Amino acid sequence: MTMSGRLGAVLGLFVIAVGLIIWVLMGLLTPGTPEGVVNYVGSSAPGQPVNLTLQTVGTIGFGDHPTWVSYLARTPQGEWVHDTTWQLPADTLINVTIYQYDSGGPLRNQEFGQVTGTVGNYETVNGKTIRAFNSYSGAGVGHTFTVPALGINVPLIANSASTLCGFAPCHVSSAHQLIHFSFKTPARTGEYHWQCFIPCGLGYLYGNGGPMSTQGFMGGFLDVVSQ
Amino acid sequence: MNNEPRHMRRIVTAWVIASVIGDLLWWFLVGPHIPPGNMTESAHWNQFDFNVLAVTAIPVVFMVWLWMGYALVNWRDKPGVPDPVGGEAAKAPYRVQAAWISITSIVVIAAAIYGTVALIGDHGSGGGEGPNPVWAPEGAVAANTAAIQGKATWSPAGHQPLVVQVIAQQWKFTYRYPAFGGMETSRLILPVGTDVVFDVTSLDVIHDFWAYQLSVKADANPGVNNVAFADTHQTGQFMVRCDELCGIWHGAMYNSGRILSKTAFMAWATKTEAQNASNTKYLPPFAWTYTPDANGASGGLYPDGNVTPYSPYDTYGAKQPAS
Repeated sequence: MTMSGRLGAVLGLFVIAVGLIIWVLMGLLTPGTPEGVVNYVGSSAPGQPVNLTLQTVGTIGFGDHPTWVSYLARTPQGEWVHDTTWQLPADTLINVTIYQYDSGGPLRNQEFGQVTGTVGNYETVNGKTIRAFNSYSGAGVGHTFTVPALGINVPLIANSASTLCGFAPCHVSSAHQLIHFSFKTPARTGEYHWQCFIPCGLGYLYGNGGPMSTQGFMGGFLDVVSQ
Repeated sequence: MNNEPRHMRRIVTAWVIASVIGDLLWWFLVGPHIPPGNMTESAHWNQFDFNVLAVTAIPVVFMVWLWMGYALVNWRDKPGVPDPVGGEAAKAPYRVQAAWISITSIVVIAAAIYGTVALIGDHGSGGGEGPNPVWAPEGAVAANTAAIQGKATWSPAGHQPLVVQVIAQQWKFTYRYPAFGGMETSRLILPVGTDVVFDVTSLDVIHDFWAYQLSVKADANPGVNNVAFADTHQTGQFMVRCDELCGIWHGAMYNSGRILSKTAFMAWATKTEAQNASNTKYLPPFAWTYTPDANGASGGLYPDGNVTPYSPYDTYGAKQPAS
């Protein structure tokens, strides 16, 4: 092979190698939209509030981990689905309703007993306004809905009923706490991580394994997109 | 008669000129922009230390490059000239080798000694020495003692250090201010021109409190109070990240903080203390560490048998230092 031929071959291989490295790196650095996104964009007219309805259950009752605690979301079509990534329009008021079917206890960090980041910095629980909740009172707190990057934290007061719904989706006839609050999505689009700050992974070290460490149960993303 | 040019003189002359230019360009053009910047005293000294290492290393790098480049150009195999397989020309210049090894060894050892001494002293921020660091700013120990005794104070007019507790949990940092009623917040706000004492701990696994613009990096271990310091110099925004892989949402464990003027900080702290009062009254008393199995959710979550029955208030935040 001539010198120019060898040089061309080396350069060609070099370009291919660099291209492969860039392709692999881009694949790793661009997570994309996770599977199982519940799309709420378009469920209301642009600029109008969007309704986000959720439920929290102590045992989901189906799938690979039927004993795990979980969030579920109701689609705009009214179907309950086991997904924790929710696509929401940017710069829009989100009216959240949560049916809280699970029991609870004291928070590991009472800081998460304070309602922050919602409209008016409060939630209503069965119609009663709450700004801060002493998790050592009553049955404590079941879960939290917390979006750290947006400063949102809402303690979900525990269900004190002796019999709990153990198979999702739970029906409203089962004992529950009815929680309402609203927040505004940021104008800046992006994926905002949310999670529960009660270490509710029963049977796992510090309560933060299992459903707390598996996407689709007690954490996910608000996928905020332009409408 | 030897017609060979004076290679060593050429190389050394080029090296000295290149090194002086390189060092001056680095020190005056690049150096002021090297992280972590100048937001705190330790950040300033970290930047200074990095620049000292850089201007020390630049001549070494230039000598390697120059020698290699000179050899490639002048001593390469030439057509029609036999390879220098023997004789005086092929001998290794032992004096040059010995000088090079000696000089670079001295440079490395000197840099190690300089870095160690600087970090043990006030160039560092503590951060890896647990509750009793070998060096502390004036008044820091007294301020921390007052905090644990519930007597912490801070005012814009005074010079006392501000104590801030950094609490890591999966997957968020929160911050307690014992001088402001023990309030806990989600954002780290600091006053400028103030010594800050960070008491870093964790409620669960090992995290790492890393505010690189402040030049503070301290492991957050459960059951351990790891003390670090910062002397704030500039107002502005900084980032706080967890730097210890701590679980699925480790990548989301970050937030931003701000250094404000003393009066602006006082206004923020006073306002936040009032806003959070309804929740602060439920927080445990300020302690160096908090016991997860005493204040964890439902008490029975932990499979290791180390479970304290739920008993509010009398065990919450139980670990206090021996008085």
